[in-house]
Amino acid sequence: MIRDIAPVQIAPTRIDWPMLAQRWRVPLLAVGLAALPWIVPSQALAVNILIFGLYATGFNLLFGFTGMLSFGHAAFFGAGAYGTGIALARFGIGWFGAIGTGIAVASALALLIGALSIRSRGIYFSMVTLALAQLIYYIALQATGWTGGENGLRGLTVLTLHIGPLTLNFLDPTVKYYVILAFVVAALWAVSRLLNAPFGAAIEAIRENEGRAAACGYDVKRIKLVAFVLSGSICGLAGALNALHLSIVPIDSLSYQTSGLAVIMVLLGGAGTFFGPFIGAAIFLLIEDVFSLWTVHWQLFAGMVFILAVLFLPHGVWGTLVSWRKGREP
Amino acid sequence: MSFDLIMAQLFAGVALGAVFVLLSTGLSVIFGMLGVVNFAHGAFFMVGAYAGVFILALTGNFWIALAAVPLLVGAMGLAVERFLVRPLYGRGSDYPLLLTFGLGYVLVEVVRILFGSDGMPFETPELLTGGIDIEGLGYFQTYRLFVIGMTGLLMLCLWLLLERTRYGLIIRAASRDPEIVAVLGVDVRRVFLLVFGLGTGLAALAGLLAAPMRTVNPEMGVTVLIEAFVVTVIGGMGSLLGGAIAGMLVGIVVSLTALFMPEMSTISMFALMALVLLVRPYGLFGRGVLAR
Repeated sequence: MIRDIAPVQIAPTRIDWPMLAQRWRVPLLAVGLAALPWIVPSQALAVNILIFGLYATGFNLLFGFTGMLSFGHAAFFGAGAYGTGIALARFGIGWFGAIGTGIAVASALALLIGALSIRSRGIYFSMVTLALAQLIYYIALQATGWTGGENGLRGLTVLTLHIGPLTLNFLDPTVKYYVILAFVVAALWAVSRLLNAPFGAAIEAIRENEGRAAACGYDVKRIKLVAFVLSGSICGLAGALNALHLSIVPIDSLSYQTSGLAVIMVLLGGAGTFFGPFIGAAIFLLIEDVFSLWTVHWQLFAGMVFILAVLFLPHGVWGTLVSWRKGREP
Repeated sequence: MSFDLIMAQLFAGVALGAVFVLLSTGLSVIFGMLGVVNFAHGAFFMVGAYAGVFILALTGNFWIALAAVPLLVGAMGLAVERFLVRPLYGRGSDYPLLLTFGLGYVLVEVVRILFGSDGMPFETPELLTGGIDIEGLGYFQTYRLFVIGMTGLLMLCLWLLLERTRYGLIIRAASRDPEIVAVLGVDVRRVFLLVFGLGTGLAALAGLLAAPMRTVNPEMGVTVLIEAFVVTVIGGMGSLLGGAIAGMLVGIVVSLTALFMPEMSTISMFALMALVLLVRPYGLFGRGVLAR
């Protein structure tokens, strides 16, 4: 039986903004970040948003997309920072190689910690990652010969960058900002590709239902480990960039507060969203910036923001915006 | 290395372990019942120590402090459960965890504002100073003996409460299946409330008991929280016996490494944890399934 097939209506529908934003998410974020120094009060704040936004993005890959709440990501941020710092200060490796070293150290550590911690699940996983990260903190604190211990690692100032024929003055804050931005955008592009790839679907499947993902034939343990290592290496890059930016590596890079920072930023911005981590980082660092002018007890406000975010904005600022938009659509 | 020294260190380890046992028991009871990992547990421990300092300064009597601190901080725990944790039930285990993490920040800062950031000494109560010298075994500090005894007594009371009373029966039933217990006419929300209060009270008591053995400062809760996690992971979440054994084990391991390899003392417990995890991912006494 043959029916008349109505020609497919290509209706001039309204522009689907969220879809468009999703497709162009990396260029969009890159443009936003490039404009950041003119939006926020100070350039120092802009650099921090850049670095910690990337750090939160790395963490989000694991927490938001794979559903594994790690409380030990400071270990990878710190490993990236110390890896870079030690390569620069102790071995005299060039800045580019030093960043590579930092990422490699962070990835190797993530492989080690990941292999151990993914044996456990749920809240157990959170506690194990926290404890192992604390172990790394204590080791770094003891190994003063390598890390400088409590005083942090010093003597890794990078003055100029040589990129091919180009020589850039890294002390110029604007140059510094855009060099760091280039790395951040490259990492964001990689994350975006990863999320669009079958791998992205696989980790979200694990987040939604681990048992079902396993039943579908996915090697859950292996995918989790890969996600863990990728997440760790992105956080490692953030740490490496922070080391270059600060010219020192403070021991606090490895502290549990740094781990908590990733959690609060992602939570605030919206877990499992692409823009969320940067929005969360920007909001949190702005709060810190404003309140630390008023009082030394700004952590009181940080804690309250945490509590209020959990109670009233469980999907974060961006996540709430997105679901609000979706809710309005017919 | 003399025998006396090893004995003394072993004894110190057991006293340290006693504090771990109290802490991890509180953590474990709250988790077993409410499915909440209390990241503010260390902060309650610290608040307990400071409440002790405050009450001691007010009354000058350690025993009043010993009685008042768990009640006071336990009452705080009740308020926290009622107004902050309760709205989060049914939203997954990550949310209460994150909320209590933020609460920890707030408590630490509030204590800093009230008492300052510097450490405070905490005098050992006069009655418990000194020690007992046992010929051939070594010298045992009275206060540490007191801490060990108190812990033993409390654990016994807790065991009796859970295993031998009607309330214990309800608590155990509600930790298995809150819905059925609610259907049977028990106000489960009240049970949750009281259990959270009990857990925080235990944390505060541990803080007070530990205060004379370490300095009191706003950050003391942080290290202790992580230590309690290590103990709980080794022992197995939700297992009282596991927590008790793991607490003692960790206390002794930490003390002995402090004696033989001082540079390893902060690391040894994590190494122990990693070792246990390799063999038993859910701890020594943990039940395999933790799907809450």
